[in-house]
Amino acid sequence: MIHTASIGQRLTLLLAGVAALLSLLSWGMVRSLAAQAAAHTQDNVLAASATTIAETLRSEQGAVRLELPYAAFAMLGAISEDRVYYRVSSGDTVLTGYDDLPAPAPGIMGQVVFDTGRYRGAPIRLASVMRVVLAGADRVVVTVTVAQTRDGVDAVISDISRLAGILSVAFFFVAVALSAIAARMSLRPLNQIAASVSRRGPGDLRPLSRAAPADLAPLLTALNRLMERLRLSLRRSEDFIAEAAHRVRTPLATVRVQAEIALRTVSDETEKERLRRIIRAVDESARSAGQLLDHATVAYRVEELARDRLNLAELAAQSAAGMEPTASMREIHLALDLTPAQVRGDAVLLDSAIRNVLDNAIKYSAEDTTVTLKVETVGSNAHLRVLDEGPGLGDGPKELLMERFQRGGNIAGVIGSGLGLTIASEVLRAHGGHIELHNNENGSGACVTLVLPLA
Amino acid sequence: MRYACLALGLILSLVAPLAAQEIEDYRMFPGTGPQVLRIVSTTDLDVFEPYIRAFQSERPEIGVDYSVMSSSVLHRAIQQGAQADLVISSAMDLQFQLVNDGFARSYRSEMADALPDWARWRDQIYAFTTEPAVVVVNTARFAGLDLPTTRQDLIASLRGNPDRFSDSIGTYDLRESGLGYLFATQEDRSTDAFWRLNEVMGRLGTQLYCCSSQMIDDVASGRLALAYNVLGSYAAEELARGSGGQVQVLRMEDFANVMLRTAFIPVNAQELTAAGAMLDMLIRLALRDEAGEWPLPPLSQTGEDPTLGFGPIRLGPGLLTYLDPLNRRAFLAEWENAMEQNRVPR
Repeated sequence: MIHTASIGQRLTLLLAGVAALLSLLSWGMVRSLAAQAAAHTQDNVLAASATTIAETLRSEQGAVRLELPYAAFAMLGAISEDRVYYRVSSGDTVLTGYDDLPAPAPGIMGQVVFDTGRYRGAPIRLASVMRVVLAGADRVVVTVTVAQTRDGVDAVISDISRLAGILSVAFFFVAVALSAIAARMSLRPLNQIAASVSRRGPGDLRPLSRAAPADLAPLLTALNRLMERLRLSLRRSEDFIAEAAHRVRTPLATVRVQAEIALRTVSDETEKERLRRIIRAVDESARSAGQLLDHATVAYRVEELARDRLNLAELAAQSAAGMEPTASMREIHLALDLTPAQVRGDAVLLDSAIRNVLDNAIKYSAEDTTVTLKVETVGSNAHLRVLDEGPGLGDGPKELLMERFQRGGNIAGVIGSGLGLTIASEVLRAHGGHIELHNNENGSGACVTLVLPLA
Repeated sequence: MRYACLALGLILSLVAPLAAQEIEDYRMFPGTGPQVLRIVSTTDLDVFEPYIRAFQSERPEIGVDYSVMSSSVLHRAIQQGAQADLVISSAMDLQFQLVNDGFARSYRSEMADALPDWARWRDQIYAFTTEPAVVVVNTARFAGLDLPTTRQDLIASLRGNPDRFSDSIGTYDLRESGLGYLFATQEDRSTDAFWRLNEVMGRLGTQLYCCSSQMIDDVASGRLALAYNVLGSYAAEELARGSGGQVQVLRMEDFANVMLRTAFIPVNAQELTAAGAMLDMLIRLALRDEAGEWPLPPLSQTGEDPTLGFGPIRLGPGLLTYLDPLNRRAFLAEWENAMEQNRVPR
């Protein structure tokens, strides 16, 4: 599987990017607003100062008189520590102030005009106002200009932009943290579905029916459809196997009957031996087909398991009775030691499990020995034990024997499919029980225990 | 003396715009090294000498070259590009104008940052004393009269005893003294009694002086009954020399100007570190808790005089108002009208 960046990471990165952009934007906005506000404040004070000076203009004995009011300059000192320059002029004549102060473009009479420029090596802001003074018969236009350096404005801007910068960075980090949390929260349903799928048993192909956000509905539907298809295809292959096994069994029975008839009619020992071998092979094939059929049955019935109340002892007796002909053919004695034990389950499946275990025991036992079938209750479980006097289970791991088509290492001479224990094991698992495999403590032989919870 | 002459020649060659007669006092305090800190100041040499000694005890390698001149001469010299490393003056307005017009350079230090905001401007000009304007009286000449505590009292006393006080009142000649002009203009702004007092003083034939020390001398000798608007530090110093209780310093309770003595490093200064060290020392002394033996008072911590509730004259662009030639001409004309109405030219 190729891992690309996780959705959570992508979402977090994306949201962090958005947060960074917003932080930068808000910083820029605050900065420009601060610049505007600071510049506006300075303009207002400059305008007030120029107007205050202009208001003191008067004419006295035909000449323009002027008295600079203290407040006009004092107010400029109130907002910042900027240098102050001023000039009062009438036409080209400078009445007072700084001669070389640049003059703003002339504006409308009585209205304050603003301008920016440079004076004595520093940027300045100028406010200028024109007024007409009647000096005798003449109308004299007097221009009052007040200027200030812009250090205070710059200081306000840099202060506020530093503060806004700190806030923006803080905002960014909070936003990133929240983005990570948000990404994780929005991915939680997906993770929950993944967890519930991976928690399932290997054979559990039921559709997922949990509540999920609308966004995940297509995924869930697709997943359910896939599982349904998988289930159908599994069912179909089991059906096929069952059908195949069934079809093979009938002709095999015919072959066996014919071979037995032939065995009776033939007198030559070599021919007889050959026919016996045919019969053994046919028997083996029939057994295998039967087991395949059993396996398919198990797989089918486990899906909708019956939970009937059963006496395990009775069931064991019936199964043993069913196996009696096979046992007696090899002159094997079936000994029963049954204590009643109530369990819940599917009689057909349990019978199949018991018969497969018994079949194994009979198959691997030497002729003229005893196979013992025991039912007892141990704690809250019912134990069904099958003990034989055969070669035992070998030294390999016992669990492997329960896997499909696996056979013990010490039975090279015996024909078998390896399905018997698998069937038994699947049945037991479906019933909430399990199988335990041991070699007999007293001498040779295997002991297979089917453990089922008591009803 | 030979040193002084030599150094005088040196300073004259450096401070070209200053004519020799404009330098009122001068002394070179040689250091162990070749470094020389040049200070131009309005503060009398004997007043400032302890500060120079203190400075040299910390930095013996630095020589100090100290010139005293009037505030207007100092102002003009700096405007014309005279070279100095530190400029000290009691004329706040002229100092402020120089800084506003870009003749000062910025200086920052831990010490300078410790100064309150009202005692500095643009990190260029620093105040290191607060000195009140006071009234100095000769108690003998006031025998039988209550000493005035407000301008109202003073006006009443002067009006009621024209014979006793005729030609016996002294104050600054505003045309000559920058400090006198500063005190007068600030008083004009703050109290309406100012012009009435001037009228009364004018009618009594008030004596006009250029400097505080002469006024105080004349009060002590009994020539003057009262000197109006004298700089407190000098007056106090004079008292300390012992007048036998005859000279008394009064602070007007209705309003009293408080002046800041300021210093700045001019743009063309060369000994920047030495100037900075001197400035730091002055600021450290300005922030001292106890007055001690120093001739100049410290900066009052709150900026307000607790006994009177008046703050010092504000170090800000408002100071430019009365420096405007039109305003100055108008103000002086009015003052002359008040002051010289009955004066007989001598």
